[in-house]
Amino acid sequence: MVKLFKSLFGASGVDPKQAPTTESTAEGSEVSQATGAGSDHVTVSMTVNGEAVTGEVEARTRLVQFIRENLRLTGTHIGCDTSQCGACTIHMDGLPIKSCGILAVQADGADIVTIEGLANGEELHPMQEAFREHHGLQCGFCTPGMVMSAIGLVNENPEPTEKEIRHHLEGNICRCTGYHNIVKSIAAGAESMKGMK
Amino acid sequence: MYKFKYHRTSSLNEARSQFGSCDEPRYIAGGMTLIPALNLRLDRPSDVLDIGHLDELRGIQDDGDTISVGATTRHAEVAKSSVVQSKIPALAKLAGGIGDPLVRNRGTIGGSLANNDPSADYPSAVLGLGATVHTDSRTIAADDYFMGAFMTALEEGEIITKISFPVPETAGYGRLAQPASRFPLIGVFVAKTSSGPRVAVTGAGPGVFRVEEMEKALSGNWSAEAIKDIAVNSDEFASDIHASAEYRAAMITVMAGRAINS
Ligand SMILES: Cc1cc2nc3c(=O)[nH]c(=O)nc-3n(C[C@H](O)[C@H](O)[C@H](O)COP(=O)(O)OP(=O)(O)OC[C@H]3O[C@@H](n4cnc5c(N)ncnc54)[C@H](O)[C@@H]3O)c2cc1C
Ligand code: FES
Ligand code: FES
Repeated sequence: MVKLFKSLFGASGVDPKQAPTTESTAEGSEVSQATGAGSDHVTVSMTVNGEAVTGEVEARTRLVQFIRENLRLTGTHIGCDTSQCGACTIHMDGLPIKSCGILAVQADGADIVTIEGLANGEELHPMQEAFREHHGLQCGFCTPGMVMSAIGLVNENPEPTEKEIRHHLEGNICRCTGYHNIVKSIAAGAESMKGMK
Repeated sequence: MYKFKYHRTSSLNEARSQFGSCDEPRYIAGGMTLIPALNLRLDRPSDVLDIGHLDELRGIQDDGDTISVGATTRHAEVAKSSVVQSKIPALAKLAGGIGDPLVRNRGTIGGSLANNDPSADYPSAVLGLGATVHTDSRTIAADDYFMGAFMTALEEGEIITKISFPVPETAGYGRLAQPASRFPLIGVFVAKTSSGPRVAVTGAGPGVFRVEEMEKALSGNWSAEAIKDIAVNSDEFASDIHASAEYRAAMITVMAGRAINS
């Protein structure tokens, strides 16, 4: 569908002047603001990795699809698509959530951070660096979700014990590593995150 | 997922009146049940009415002898609430064990109770504490609310607004996780309330229910010892690859004991 890709402006965001508000779609149905009368096409606006973005999507578009297909931020992965595996973990308003389990339009107005929003240019986020240093990944498919989930844990609990880390990973599944190095990486990442402001 | 129309409702009244004017409407709060179901095309609503942003439905209030939890309060908020932790720690513990941290940041108590999954955690606390379910039009006692797996006393379009939990003298929760889904295979909530002991079981199959025989035994002697020989009848329990009906029944006694000792 052409419509889905209409506002493909990458992570840099969409020029608000060009953002569609109300218009007819190919199917002839009304597009409305997220807060307006019910519609099967909606315009959603949110902050993603610090940039304001706007896009026109079907109401049924989930946040993970909006992030991957509209914004082309493909670091957020889809593993199960039924809210089990955590590969799609992102932060919404500061909390880690599964982006396959929420409609894009439910996140209208939210502040979103994806894996692409962590590094400072070439310099990895301490948690990413810890995963690299401690071999916290093999195929890497689960890794973006693991890193986002881990940062969510450390934001809340700056010194998690091994048990707390393992307990926290209940919603993030890894088929490769056996978790051991992931747990080590998160403990190390927590330690180096203390140095962050 | 099939197409639907989306409405972000701005008040309870608006949500209720929109529900009345749509063909096949569904409310959405956290979406942790509805979105996976839509994704699997298990449901086909014409309209999805978002009540997740309504401030009037959110938050935890200390009313002295009771605690009220708004319908769209997330599991993580209940788990971390200092009010819940100090007054009904077993309820905070239960909320902190639902699913995983990512699910707990989205899922709501109202969604869990409206859905009434026969393996959900919250129904056992609501029934075990003798809580009251408040809706946009009435109040429903826990004993009248749960009508079997996925069935409740809610009318078409009725919205849960909050749940009020009487503060018990003591309470506990024992939970055995089903190894694949991590939902409770058996969860038992026990409470010593002003009207006597209550024991509520989730996960066995037929929906949450009370075990009167255990309640009687506990009224004279609040201890795991008092119930350890009570065998629950397994005739209506589920038997599947995860556990036989007999195993589920045996685990009710074990989990009830752990709940008392927790
Ligand atoms: C990976 C995973 C693991 C999980 N593990 C557990 C577990 O271990 N234990 C457990 O108990 N649960 C578990 N759950 C289920 C989760 O707790 C529920 O999905 C959640 O509580 C439902 O709340 P919600 O706000 O997400 O509901 P939604 O999905 O938004 O809604 C569910 C249903 O309730 C209706 N509804 C919602 N709010 C109201 C209201 N206020 N009034 C009337 N109707 C309403 C909706 O119309 C819909 O039909 C798990 C879910 C996932 C995805
Ligand atoms: S893709 Fe979202 S949890 Fe698996
Ligand atoms: S590294 Fe392969 S799934 Fe985790």
